[in-house]
Amino acid sequence: MRYLPKSQSERHEMLAACGVQNPEDLFSHLPESARLKRPLDVPPGISEYEIVDYFHSRAAECANGYASFLGAGVYRHYRPVLVDTVVSRGEFLTAYTPYQAEISQGTLTHIFEFQTMIAQLTGMDVANASMYDGSTAVPEAAMMASRVVGRPGVAVAKSLHPEYREVLRTFARHQGMPVAEFGYDQATGQVDLEDLERNLNDQTAAVIVQSPNFFGVVDQVKAAADIAHRRGALLVVVFTEAVSLGLLAPPVDADIVAGELQSFAIAPSYGGPYAGVIATKERFIRQMPGRLVGETIDSRGNRAFCLTLSTREQHIRREKATSNICTNQALIALMATVFMTVYGKQGLRELAEQNLAKAHYLSSKLKPRFSGPFFNEFVATVADPEALNKALLKKKIIGGLTLGRFYPELKDAMLVCATEMTKREEMDLVGQALSPTQKAEAL
Amino acid sequence: MYPEKFRYTKEHEWVSVVGDIGTVGITDHAQAELGDIVYVDYKLGRDALKLGDKIKQGDSFGSVESVKAVSDIYSPVSGEITEINTELADSPEKLNADPHSSAWLVKIKLSDPGEVSNLLSASDYQTYIGAEK
Amino acid sequence: MSIRKVRQHPTQNEALLFERSSPGKRGYQLPSLDVPPVDAAAVLGADNVRPEIAGFPEVSEVEAIRHFTRLSTWNYAIDHGMYPLGSCTMKYNPRINELVARIDGLAWAHPYQPEALSQGCMEVMARLESILAEITGMDAVTLQPAAGAHGELTGILLIRAALEQKGNPRKKVLIPDSAHGTNPATAAIAGYAVENIRSSPRGTIDLAELERAVTEDVAALMVTNPNTLGVFEENIVEASEILHRKGALMYMDGANMNALVGIARPGDFGVDVMHLNLHKTFSTPHGGGGPGGGPVAVKKLLEPFLPTPRLKRSGKKWAYDYKRPKSIGKVKAFYGNFGVLVRALAYILAHGGEGLRNATLDAVLNANYIRKSLEAHYDLPYQAPNMHEVVFSDERQARRGVRTGDIAKRLIDYGFHPYTVSFPLIVHGALMIEPTETEGKLELDQFIEAMVSIAKEVETDPELVLKAPHTTRTSRVDEVTAARRPVLRWKPAKSDSKAAD
Repeated sequence: MRYLPKSQSERHEMLAACGVQNPEDLFSHLPESARLKRPLDVPPGISEYEIVDYFHSRAAECANGYASFLGAGVYRHYRPVLVDTVVSRGEFLTAYTPYQAEISQGTLTHIFEFQTMIAQLTGMDVANASMYDGSTAVPEAAMMASRVVGRPGVAVAKSLHPEYREVLRTFARHQGMPVAEFGYDQATGQVDLEDLERNLNDQTAAVIVQSPNFFGVVDQVKAAADIAHRRGALLVVVFTEAVSLGLLAPPVDADIVAGELQSFAIAPSYGGPYAGVIATKERFIRQMPGRLVGETIDSRGNRAFCLTLSTREQHIRREKATSNICTNQALIALMATVFMTVYGKQGLRELAEQNLAKAHYLSSKLKPRFSGPFFNEFVATVADPEALNKALLKKKIIGGLTLGRFYPELKDAMLVCATEMTKREEMDLVGQALSPTQKAEAL
Repeated sequence: MYPEKFRYTKEHEWVSVVGDIGTVGITDHAQAELGDIVYVDYKLGRDALKLGDKIKQGDSFGSVESVKAVSDIYSPVSGEITEINTELADSPEKLNADPHSSAWLVKIKLSDPGEVSNLLSASDYQTYIGAEK
Repeated sequence: MSIRKVRQHPTQNEALLFERSSPGKRGYQLPSLDVPPVDAAAVLGADNVRPEIAGFPEVSEVEAIRHFTRLSTWNYAIDHGMYPLGSCTMKYNPRINELVARIDGLAWAHPYQPEALSQGCMEVMARLESILAEITGMDAVTLQPAAGAHGELTGILLIRAALEQKGNPRKKVLIPDSAHGTNPATAAIAGYAVENIRSSPRGTIDLAELERAVTEDVAALMVTNPNTLGVFEENIVEASEILHRKGALMYMDGANMNALVGIARPGDFGVDVMHLNLHKTFSTPHGGGGPGGGPVAVKKLLEPFLPTPRLKRSGKKWAYDYKRPKSIGKVKAFYGNFGVLVRALAYILAHGGEGLRNATLDAVLNANYIRKSLEAHYDLPYQAPNMHEVVFSDERQARRGVRTGDIAKRLIDYGFHPYTVSFPLIVHGALMIEPTETEGKLELDQFIEAMVSIAKEVETDPELVLKAPHTTRTSRVDEVTAARRPVLRWKPAKSDSKAAD
């Protein structure tokens, strides 16, 4: 097998050194009852060419060459070529977690830069070295708030991504963490502030809102912060569309920001791997989950970086750890870092402006349901969303996400997204695909 | 090394009683085992420790953190917290340098002075840590 | 005058991005807008528009590629040489896996695109589920968890759900004192108390201890097999019987599966639920710390509780089944780290059944070869036969004041990444070594020579070891100051004299 770098004669030498004849002899101490007595039922190994062929065939069974108006937490953004150039370097790709600082300065340095850029983007003081993804960053943020405030519960907006809410519930269920939900204003699509007030009590550690929210609407973060803080709770702001941070006011009123960085050159890849992040204020650093890279010096006085504040983590604190997380998404975070570097301060803004323009052009073809301001996605009122999507598929266009599945009250609507990769002619086709009655409604 | 006047616990805390006030800290053995100390966290349950908090013998009142380990700290005596050494926030290294004196952790007004007699004497403590090795 | 570029590549000085930045430099060009631009303040409200991103870098494409290339030269990686890290299974990351994961139809698939246009992705996942079930001897697999620890949590939540259905979730989880730190952390997050169970003098599960410890309050035992000493739990079947008799379940941490694939299957020796680490046993790249993949494999009794959705066959097609009333819910949005799953499947396809088994044979041979070659020089605290990894202690060297951490640092000077230091905790001063099967005899011999040489240095010149490493661009870092006064982001400095050197 081409990945096993030993010749048969070398194997024999080594077996002799171990005092055995066959490799199986090294397993003779295993109890009979535990052994597998037949070969694995897995087909024989195949060549590189056949492996490529297998996956090309699978890829051909998926959407190829389709335009798409899907957003809903996973966004189509152009991936600068430098991203894969950098992450394909073996020194990054095949490196281990940087526990040995002397020989990991490459990884540690890029993570330090990542932490800095995320803090700058979100308006927070510090950011960690990334979490698994946005959906798991939410319960981590909730647990963090609970530790800080010393209260068990959270109140979460219904306009937070439905799958993120589901993940939160899975984690919360066994933490003794009550999760209350508050609704959205039917007209604006923003948080219903009165409903928020009603759902807070003295057991609430955090209020969790998303902005732009699942409906694409830019939400009332400051108002939510005021309410939360008045009741002694923290505000957690979640983002799923990182590009929005290039243009939208950062959530400086938040105490904790939890988000998803998939938009930053991370391929949609049918749902993962992505990179989440948690950023927060200085005073909460020690309650933050996940890895952190800090600046220090080496014994010769030169600047160096190392993992720090590790005693919060599982390998030392064990059952008292701030989280059981044993990873950060280093390679994915590197993709985001290269993306942020390529675009830079001006580029991120221009990219966001283009997204804004595209989505607003689309809104002239489809009727936005909510009056609240939106970034690059919005909920469009469509009498028969399934029919529209079917018509669009015939033109090799994947339409928006029909919302009835998550929000029964919005079954006559779909969530559509336009990014810098969306072409004007694709949006014009959407306009044309609407039936005359729907077109009339859209105008 | 281990002041005769102090009393000690198996969790490596010491208490020095003057009148009805006990000064509490961690022992030299503890700081040596932990290594360079980076942080002291005063906590009672989930909340930050405050003056006036009531504490029982054996309750944890926080933790001491080094680069490689965290150790919970337990009160050797019952009573009310009258002082908390806030200097350690900026200079946790003092705990390594002077654990038996200026790097005390808290002062407690004893509610049951008799408790102190259950604790280890200096020579008992030294025997105990000798045996631990 | 201070000279800024003073060292040759690869010890090249390299400023951070922010320090190389200047206003107006750019590394991008966007296409012209084909729709009318909009005034952000007008459509969003002026309050919703941000000021500039203060401090954010502006560099050109050339500077970007140089910066990251230079950084990369400061890393050690599998592509350079062996990582003898115990329980990490740092094996070769096959490059064909990188290619197939990037095929457009897979890489650009949106998780919400119509099922009819996702059949290829669903087939990949179904295939992987089926093969992993065969390898582990279990009945069903979920691919949703993003990493090992995430898989552990999922597994314990499954146990809780199953016990809850029986009327009593119970209160605690038993964990051997040799276990990995994620195990107790996970149990705590799942709402269970942790009880440590002491290992036998052989370093394995003590059946008498277990019998005594398993009460009606115990939900499960979390076991690693082979354990963190690399030793197969010879009483694992009996242990599972003790647990099952009392209505408790056996969870297995699959971190050490590299010793078992094709040889023994956890489902056959009493395990009810386990997680796998795709970034260990199945070669997906560590990438400096992630991403990973932590699938969970279960016996039939736990299948109803698996995270949603499940893949099901609908005529000739795959479909998602969301009607799973007993499910614990989702542990992550969407379906799992699909890109990682592709790489793991590619690895499996390349090996095939026999290849996977041969890999295991070589992994165990390599570890035993190291044991035989080093046992004259390093103390072996446990004499039991080891499998894919071996654990020494620094007892002998400690008498000269040299600890495992120092030996590890000296190993760097010989061109190797250190082994796992000070773990498992039941060995004082542990040196945990796992070579994996993708190391050849030459590399192993060089590693052995280095370790023997260091053992000699400890006797003749301990200072050399204590002050190591000597030949790296960065010497030992001050972790203490990093923790006492954490600096977690770049800020514009007042004076840059030493900083960029």
